[in-house]
Amino acid sequence: IFSKTSCRFEDISESSSETEEDEEQPVRHQEGNTDLPSEYWGIQKLAKYLKGGNPTATVIALCSMRDFNLAQETCQLAIRDIGCLEVLINLLDTEEIKCQIGSLKILKEISQNTLIRHAIADLGGLQIMVKILDSPDKDLKCLAAETIANVARFKQARRTVRQHGGIKRLVGLLDCIAVGSTRLTPSQAKDTEIARCGALALWSCSKSIKNKEAIRKAGGIPLLARWLKCSHANILTPVVGTLQECASEPSYRLAIRTEGMIENLVKNLSSEHEELQMHCASAIFKCAEDKETRDLVRQHGGLQPLSVLLGNSVNKQLLAAVTGAIWKCAISGENVSKFREYKVVEALVELLTDQPEEVLVNIVGALGECCQEPINRTIIRKCGGIPPLVKLLTGTDQALLVNVTKAVGACATEPENMMIIDHLDGVRLLWSLLKNPNPDVQASAAWAICPCIENAKDAGEMVRSFVGGLELIVNLLKSKNKEVLASVCAAITNIAKDEENLAVITDHGVVPLLSRLANTNNDKLRRHLAEAISHCCLWGSNRVTFGETKAVAPLVRYLKSNDPSVHRATAQALYQLSEDPNNCITMHENGVVKLLLAMVGSTDETLQEAAAGCIANIRRLALATEKAKYG
Amino acid sequence: AAMSRKRLQQLVDALGRSARHFNKSEVECLIKLFDTLVAKSSNRFAAVGFDRNMFRDTLHSAFGMTDDMIMDRVFRTFDRDNDSCINVVEWVEGLSVFLRGTLEEKIKYCFEVYDLNGDGYISREEMFQMLKNSLLKQPSEEDPDEGIKDLVDIALKKMDYDRDGKLSFMDFEKAVRDENLLLEAFGPCLPDIK
Repeated sequence: IFSKTSCRFEDISESSSETEEDEEQPVRHQEGNTDLPSEYWGIQKLAKYLKGGNPTATVIALCSMRDFNLAQETCQLAIRDIGCLEVLINLLDTEEIKCQIGSLKILKEISQNTLIRHAIADLGGLQIMVKILDSPDKDLKCLAAETIANVARFKQARRTVRQHGGIKRLVGLLDCIAVGSTRLTPSQAKDTEIARCGALALWSCSKSIKNKEAIRKAGGIPLLARWLKCSHANILTPVVGTLQECASEPSYRLAIRTEGMIENLVKNLSSEHEELQMHCASAIFKCAEDKETRDLVRQHGGLQPLSVLLGNSVNKQLLAAVTGAIWKCAISGENVSKFREYKVVEALVELLTDQPEEVLVNIVGALGECCQEPINRTIIRKCGGIPPLVKLLTGTDQALLVNVTKAVGACATEPENMMIIDHLDGVRLLWSLLKNPNPDVQASAAWAICPCIENAKDAGEMVRSFVGGLELIVNLLKSKNKEVLASVCAAITNIAKDEENLAVITDHGVVPLLSRLANTNNDKLRRHLAEAISHCCLWGSNRVTFGETKAVAPLVRYLKSNDPSVHRATAQALYQLSEDPNNCITMHENGVVKLLLAMVGSTDETLQEAAAGCIANIRRLALATEKAKYG
Repeated sequence: AAMSRKRLQQLVDALGRSARHFNKSEVECLIKLFDTLVAKSSNRFAAVGFDRNMFRDTLHSAFGMTDDMIMDRVFRTFDRDNDSCINVVEWVEGLSVFLRGTLEEKIKYCFEVYDLNGDGYISREEMFQMLKNSLLKQPSEEDPDEGIKDLVDIALKKMDYDRDGKLSFMDFEKAVRDENLLLEAFGPCLPDIK
């Protein structure tokens, strides 16, 4: 139900996964008022000179028009309704630089309005502005780029810019030599300003996937990297904004890593400008999916400023970006150790209450990763982190639930934690998440259930106490999702350790359901399935039933996998199954002996024993059969 | 009559100092250009310098200027000693501002051009004169002068900071510093970058 969204395909391919700024169609406000605003007449008077005046008169009128409050919607719409927008755009198409500048100064202001943006694009304004980017006049270039930055805030506009060669030209604006100098000549300062305006426009345009690609093809990345080294926040912000936006693409993440940009991103985490800090953290959040980046962040001393920024809980956007960055960085164990120095776990637990969901998802994700280190599981308990985590199991946000179940599961590996979780009814909450329609949530809950059963006191009793729980989990074996199946098998392995429960799930038909899954190439599933089968063999005639339901032959094939944990689990299952003579025959017919012989010499003792035990059973049966035949 | 080398040298030195935006070799070229243009003219006073017509021709051919009134005003501004003739000194020093003046120098220059009667103010009437032909499409029912008068009002509203109905130098300077586009508000009197 969840892998397909209901958007049109075109939407997905054009826009990134980010929420677009104004994706909704522009809303038409009630335009029913009969009284025209006073600005209307003033603007209409000036429009006369724009339409019928020579350049001198036009410039006077353009300058005068800026005295109206162009930020006010009534003015903006008046300009549009009088037909002045066409005139302004036509002025752009002349060779009169002063008229072009005057017109752009107005367009730049009013294009903050969504309706006006759409109107400008409809009138072909973008194409003309792109052409203007070729002009040698520096002021004109800046204004054109800034206006494009405003207009390109919706999908079609971004496409138009690209289709008319805009991306290439905007990238070109970044190409100047001024970077790095602390004291700029006036000419260099102008060039920096041009680059800033270019970056603003690229930032707006980069929200479309095709534009991200176009920017890369136009050689934008090394130029952005160069500007990343400068120290002026007003150009750094759009540059990092663009990089962060594009970091959803693997090609950008690779470049960010290899072109040494992580160092600069880390440096700017300590900037005074919160917006810049936020974009740097966001970029790190996205890039830290890759291990090399996680290492680079640590090596450049990035973990400390991130930890410090947890102290700013007022700016929620910043907090979301920072907690996200910490979450992904914590995937690497070395970073978890470093975070412990900065008392990150304590700080995160303190933030567990009262934050918006987009922040909570990241906080919980981070805590889950930090649990890689056993001592952190204890710290979470000591800070009182377990009750809020368990409480979050009752939420509805899917992404949050996935992270919470993972964190709770990680905590449950400590018996003392498990006591608290059980006391707060946490296991029952996890169990009910198995009913959640989202397979990611189901799988995550099932994985978390495993350590709960392993570490709970009276686990068998506890599991039995969930009404309908065993039936529920056995039925999840009918899912089509491989991750769900693997996790449920793992849970069943744990459940089956209690004899009474094993009897119950056998009644619910667990054996044929497991057998049905046997034909798979997925190593993760194979391993957990084999483990479940081995444990389920220990009740009644399950061994025989597994044979009858054709689980044995596929299992033999698992031995051909490259994964040692699959070998071990399979050998154990085959050993258990080989206690039944019919299974021995099936295994033998499928060539198991040769495969198992190779494993008898393994360094893994469990594997050794199981392989040897299985072969022994087969031999014993073979000998007995011969004896019976020949007397 | 060509100048002697010594006199030329003295002139170049003097002008190199007073025309701040040209170096000595540029000054020398401008002097040579002056001599060439003057030699082409058939006017018997040409030896001394440009007269009005020659200057206007030069402005037109070299800088694409077309507005007669403005060109006349430019001539008057270059002609600082008011002898209706632009000599070589006035030529070089004028061009220094005309081509490479700082914003401050250009503001002074433009104001002088626009202040038609030289009384230190740009008056309504003067603005009207300069903007007389700036409406290309006249709505037929309307009195064309009305349109120009309105435009003058608009300009005053924008630029007359002390609200005395005319533009002093301070008004003009402030307006231009606030919005550079207004430097040539009443007509193109500086060379076009094209």
